[in-house]
Amino acid sequence: MMLELKNVKKTFNRGTINEKKALEGIDLQMNPGDFITVIGGNGAGKSTMLNMIAGVYPVDSGAIVIDGKNVTRQPDYKRAAYLGRVFQDPMMGTAADMEIQENLAMAYRRGKRRGLKWGISKKEKEIYHETLKMLDLGLEERMTSKVGLLSGGQRQALTLLMATLQQPRVLLLDEHTAALDPKTGAKVLDLTRELVEKNQLTTLMITHNMKDAIRLGNRLIMMHEGRIIYDVAGQEKQKLKVADLLGKFEEASGGEFANDRMILS
Amino acid sequence: MLAGILSSLPGAVSQGILWGIMALGVYITYKILDIADLTVDGSFATGGAVCAVCVLSGMNPLLSVLLAMLAGCVAGAVTGILHTVFDIPAILAGILTQLGLYSINLRIMGRSNTPLLKVETLFDKLSNLLPGLGSSYIAICIGVIAVVLVVVALYWFFGTEVGSEIRATGNNEAMVKALGGNTRLMKAFGLAISNGLVALSGALVCQSQGYADVTSGQGAIVMGLAAIVIGNVLMGWGKAFGTKMVSAIVGSIIYRIIIAVVMQTGFVDTQDTKLFSALLVAVALAVPVMVERHRNKPKREE
Ligand SMILES: Nc1ncnc2c1ncn2[C@@H]1O[C@H](COP(=O)(O)OP(=O)(O)O)[C@@H](O)[C@H]1O
Ligand SMILES: [Mg+2]
Repeated sequence: MMLELKNVKKTFNRGTINEKKALEGIDLQMNPGDFITVIGGNGAGKSTMLNMIAGVYPVDSGAIVIDGKNVTRQPDYKRAAYLGRVFQDPMMGTAADMEIQENLAMAYRRGKRRGLKWGISKKEKEIYHETLKMLDLGLEERMTSKVGLLSGGQRQALTLLMATLQQPRVLLLDEHTAALDPKTGAKVLDLTRELVEKNQLTTLMITHNMKDAIRLGNRLIMMHEGRIIYDVAGQEKQKLKVADLLGKFEEASGGEFANDRMILS
Repeated sequence: MLAGILSSLPGAVSQGILWGIMALGVYITYKILDIADLTVDGSFATGGAVCAVCVLSGMNPLLSVLLAMLAGCVAGAVTGILHTVFDIPAILAGILTQLGLYSINLRIMGRSNTPLLKVETLFDKLSNLLPGLGSSYIAICIGVIAVVLVVVALYWFFGTEVGSEIRATGNNEAMVKALGGNTRLMKAFGLAISNGLVALSGALVCQSQGYADVTSGQGAIVMGLAAIVIGNVLMGWGKAFGTKMVSAIVGSIIYRIIIAVVMQTGFVDTQDTKLFSALLVAVALAVPVMVERHRNKPKREE
């Protein structure tokens, strides 16, 4: 098992009028190489689930096990050794005032001790040069440019590269193409598939695009009100239609119509 | 008046250089870590106090400066711990340390002002080596040596893995955490280094003027900001880290020259310098904002 969530619960602002049950007992098991797409309406708890895995907030109860290690009590920066993350906001994954190669160098050291070694070695630069070529954005010729000069799409592609530069046990993607224009988003999604396939990455990808959710990955889960209400894999998943998912969603929400954002694809 | 201004220049330049090291400390927190750290006013005086007491006890003046620097690091670390372990907002954490330091500095010296009588400071030593050179020029020499050492050391440090992580922490905390960096530790570390430099500056200023005073750090943070802002106005084209550090030093020198010139005109009294400094910084910070606002205003059709 590469990732295991055991009855994970989370309530925000417990005991106040803003109390919000975000996760009401999540059980999830991922085999090595599983690529799960996650769908669900706004506020279903998708991001919260990923944040729990990454340790952004402590769990109320339950356990999180990554590759056999119980990380439930570990702070986020320690768990980062096992996780690659890409956020929805393209600005969040990179340091704007630092060079492309400096950003990569930090990602290259994910989960490792940082010491007083100075600068970036020639060998490292060659690795970054080769890796950047994969993006086909010409960034390999601008390695000393500040990341702040790049477009949102370029930054998101770079973040994706950074998240996988050190092979993560689990890759967490939270609507990482949602803030990009459709063309750029599609490109970043292609890159995602390429990287996941090449490195056999165990991946959890939240998306609001149902077509993408069906097309990508070997398993799909749907969340609603803090629960996983639908979990489908293999052949059965490949045969899904957007209409099937909408049906499931309406069933779960008691006949309410799926919101526009979910239908859009 | 012109003669007066000219004769006050060497003194202003030497003060600008010695206080410039303090500005470098402020640069680390204000620009690199994006934290407004008010520990500075206290740790500057701590540097002077520790240095004075050490020198008076017969310690080598250079060693005294290093010890003063260490004391500043500890003061910065205290602010760092208040801020990162106990989640006290950085500004308040700095104010708390600064307030506490006032009493501690009095304790260190046992009084509010400690003259360095009958002891040999670094400046005296160099003066003996180079007889005939005025005290301002001696201070400039020592200041330049200290600044070069500090700038080289910082340039090296912020190019290391840990240094990069501190820079990234000020830039994008979420990213550093996602990449396994301990941002709390980095902030505390940065605050310690920053206040170490501030105390180093305080120690050198103390030796150059021949006394330590508990109030010597009053308004230091404002002078540090003034140096950074003026430096940015003059050398804003330079984006490289080395240039930024040099611009803070240049800013500090120009700031002292402005103060010296204004004093010579007689419009401003010694007791008014703090008000003048505050106004200078307020204007320097406000002007770019106003310019930007004016530029973005939709043009009215004539
Ligand atoms: N940090 C937080 N504090 C309070 N409430 C939160 C926080 N994060 C998420 N929530 C709430 O938890 C619920 C689930 O949010 P989220 O996981 O972001 O949903 P999704 O990503 O599926 O749209 C929402 O009602 C949201 O308002
Ligand atoms: Mg979300």
